[in-house]
Amino acid sequence: MLDLTFEAPKPKVIQGAKSEWELVIGMEVHAQVSSNAKLFSGASTRFGAEPNSNVSFVDAAMPGMLPVINEFCVEQAVRTGLGLKAAINLRSAFDRKNYFYPDLPQGYQISQLYHPIVGEGEVIVEMAPGVARRVRIERIHLEQDAGKSIHDMDPAMSFVDLNRTGVALMEIVSRPDIRGPEEAAAYVGKLRQILRYLGTCDGNMQNGNLRADVNVSVCRPGAYERYQETQDFSHLGTRCEIKNMNSMRFIQAAIEYEARRQIAILEDGGKIDQETRLYDPDKGETRSMRSKEEAHDYRYFPCPDLLPLEIEQAWVDDIADRMPELPDAKKARFMADFGLTDYDASVLTAELDAARFFEEVAKGRDGKMAANWVINELFGRLKKEGHEIGESPVSAAQLGAIVDLIGKGDISGKIAKDLFEIVYTEGGDPAEIVEARGMKQVTDTGAIEKAVDEVIAANPAQVEKAKANPKLAGWFVGQVLKATGGKANPAAVNELVARKLGL
Amino acid sequence: MSGLNELTIAEARDALRKGEATSVDLTMACMTAMDAASALNAFVHPTPEIALEQARAADARIQAGEAPAMCGIPLGIKDLFCTKGVPSQAASAILEGFKPEYESTVTSRLFGAGAVMLGKLNMDEFAMGSSNETSTYGNAVNPWRRGNDATPLTPGGSSGGSAAAVAADLCLAATGTDTGGSIRQPAAFTGIVGLKPTYGRVSRWGIIAFASSLDQAGPMTKTVRDAAIMLQAMAGEDPKDSTSAEIPVPDFEAALTGDIRGKKIGIPKEYRMEGMPSEIEALWHQGAEMLSDAGAEIVDISLPHTKYALPAYYVIAPAEASSNLARYDGVRYGHRARLAQGDGITEMYEKTRAEGFGKEVQRRVMIGTYVLSAGFYDAYYNRARKVRALIKKDFEDVFAQGIDAILTPATPSSAFGLGEMADADPVAMYLNDVFTVTVNLAGLPGIAVPTGVDQKGLPLGLQLIGRPWAEADLLNHAHVLERSAGFVSKPAKWW
Repeated sequence: MLDLTFEAPKPKVIQGAKSEWELVIGMEVHAQVSSNAKLFSGASTRFGAEPNSNVSFVDAAMPGMLPVINEFCVEQAVRTGLGLKAAINLRSAFDRKNYFYPDLPQGYQISQLYHPIVGEGEVIVEMAPGVARRVRIERIHLEQDAGKSIHDMDPAMSFVDLNRTGVALMEIVSRPDIRGPEEAAAYVGKLRQILRYLGTCDGNMQNGNLRADVNVSVCRPGAYERYQETQDFSHLGTRCEIKNMNSMRFIQAAIEYEARRQIAILEDGGKIDQETRLYDPDKGETRSMRSKEEAHDYRYFPCPDLLPLEIEQAWVDDIADRMPELPDAKKARFMADFGLTDYDASVLTAELDAARFFEEVAKGRDGKMAANWVINELFGRLKKEGHEIGESPVSAAQLGAIVDLIGKGDISGKIAKDLFEIVYTEGGDPAEIVEARGMKQVTDTGAIEKAVDEVIAANPAQVEKAKANPKLAGWFVGQVLKATGGKANPAAVNELVARKLGL
Repeated sequence: MSGLNELTIAEARDALRKGEATSVDLTMACMTAMDAASALNAFVHPTPEIALEQARAADARIQAGEAPAMCGIPLGIKDLFCTKGVPSQAASAILEGFKPEYESTVTSRLFGAGAVMLGKLNMDEFAMGSSNETSTYGNAVNPWRRGNDATPLTPGGSSGGSAAAVAADLCLAATGTDTGGSIRQPAAFTGIVGLKPTYGRVSRWGIIAFASSLDQAGPMTKTVRDAAIMLQAMAGEDPKDSTSAEIPVPDFEAALTGDIRGKKIGIPKEYRMEGMPSEIEALWHQGAEMLSDAGAEIVDISLPHTKYALPAYYVIAPAEASSNLARYDGVRYGHRARLAQGDGITEMYEKTRAEGFGKEVQRRVMIGTYVLSAGFYDAYYNRARKVRALIKKDFEDVFAQGIDAILTPATPSSAFGLGEMADADPVAMYLNDVFTVTVNLAGLPGIAVPTGVDQKGLPLGLQLIGRPWAEADLLNHAHVLERSAGFVSKPAKWW
């Protein structure tokens, strides 16, 4: 079993004008299911298509059209549930959430209010080595996305693009277990990482494929613990929901602002109205969208066009058998198998592609050295140019070959950096490049000895100093390496210099 | 050969196969009858070009010797069915000018079997009504009259156009849909056969939805045999309708053996309503005797929750309708209100829907919205669902006792006069469904069979209710009842 013991982080404490406050945050993350077709129609989900080109008769809510569940989307939801260690409900059902809006052609969203497909699970959000927040997942349900209304193309008209209408979403609902803005961002980050590992959501926040509604309330220190003991929400403050956040940075900023806004009201003797708010990134503030009184009455009821969704345990088991290794397990394995530090293992497992790349480099080689080269040289270089790991001009095989050349003592670390640069910019087989360009390290002691003798002979004053202070022997090593164009094996030079100087 | 339009499907099929008539002949005869029947206002969108083209194609298939039973049979199609390129409005102004780009599963199966579409038939708006008076096209008229009294009568609803057209021999048969009795009540009012199949037997895809958990399409025909033949072509699983059932479709016509010896027929005591006309009570009794004479055993049964069926129905059906009809918003198709300066999206919705929906539809949308709203959901919608489950269980219990079919009146009266109910409480109109809604709530098959005429000379029907998926058996019972009753009356032609 993996060692996943950790301590809980301290909650964020905000100093108000009069007293201290703590934050309580719960999130509803909407993750677009990675699938080729929509949840209830065969239409494509391709992003960036011409407006209204990915629209079936069902999506446009033509009279008499009926939804038919896309089995793959169900499988993705189950896979996600398993990835969050959640209970899978073998029987779930779809409900209609009724409201009028032009980008909602049916006049209702098909969702799962009463019987979601996934029940309780958890996400472990690491905040520092050995420090992590366990965020409980309340449920995950499948639902349809709406289309897009465009109000700024024409002064008098609004336009509607139905391409996104009916695309499958998973709404992942957390318990109010998040205790600060950084934790909130880290939670979304961790969720995104897991979803990407699972291949159930691409996590592209910019395109809106992953977005969060953030519920924020504040309470006095101690109140949250009473809530945790009793699960009685009355210990907590009144919450406001900040809708549709699609950037980690904005999530943090919005929570910071919202917390301070609520604290200011409470310290003034006011009370918080339960309401839906929107974050304005330009002004850095949240503003009211609609109050509880103005809240829609969605008139949920079971969707009569769809039978209850019944799945079999054997099918769930089959999905479970095909689960990929998830970030926490991979990180623990990297630490155990390759002797990596917590930090290096985190960096290497942040993205699945990077982890795969690293493993290929590390296979049969020194894991720490491989990690160094992947993180410091390759990631550093890629980052400088704004490239993703998938766009790396250096393949894992090439980087592995460089590591091999160092390991065999064919090249020094310094030469290896030059070699890396050549491979990065020009490509080619590292071993051949070393051979062809005479970059091979000199291990012939005769040649090194000659160079050492020459340096000693040319610097009698330094010899005296070094004899008095052996630490200065390093100067001779540097001179010898310089004289040999960096190709002399540093270990051999060290040893010879010490011997010749009689240290 | 005169009066080809008066043939039954079975007769026409045989004539076509023997080469005694062509589908074009049949179709022309129906079109001539339709032309002369504008007073009935049954067909609202005739499709003569399509009809003749389909008839010619059918004749070619018949000549090639590969004709299914429905091949070449001219039909009327209820306006609720989406028919490709042909106005499909659910008799509502809100779908003004709407011509779908797709063909409903039922009509495409019928046309695939070679059936001919004469046109679209009148109905109550969105199938909400029992008299065909809520139609945007104006009401259809029953071809039957009270003797020499010229008072125009309702053909019933919502499939009133279908019933009038079949009864007046404007077509050989018609499609109908039944949410609370919309096939069986008009069939009874016009002296024809109307079958509502088991929920899930016939695909709902492409049928404009009223109440999705109750809606079911079925045949409206001149005889029980025709209902068997036509249902055969309509029924079967459809991957496009998740509620259609993966249950094999038997040979319904072959099931018409006329032998019901040893079958148990239940007579539910709760259907003996107070104030029920004695003629209907007598007819019900006679029906039971006919089945008994044919060798069936008559058993008194109880369906204890029957009295809650109508209120439960008038909660569930409007609830679903309020949601199903939300899509008629003026955004994508159909009617959109002319907007005033400064009007926004809310005004567009309000004006469009106020102009596009008739009063009865508006009433039901409001009822449905109310019963689903926060604070009322449990008191109305949820309670109605529980009642529905109890009603279903009532039937399961009697079927478990060995009952094969249940005999009831089809309607509480014969056809009433158009406009007679105009000022009545809407509930009085809703009472028309009292014998039929239980069948929809329980998802069972039910058939109305013309069994007699009342003192005014108007047809009366009885209803047989079958076990789920037992349409074959149900049709056989209906066949026996039809044969015993010997109902052959036709309305005297006045139009």
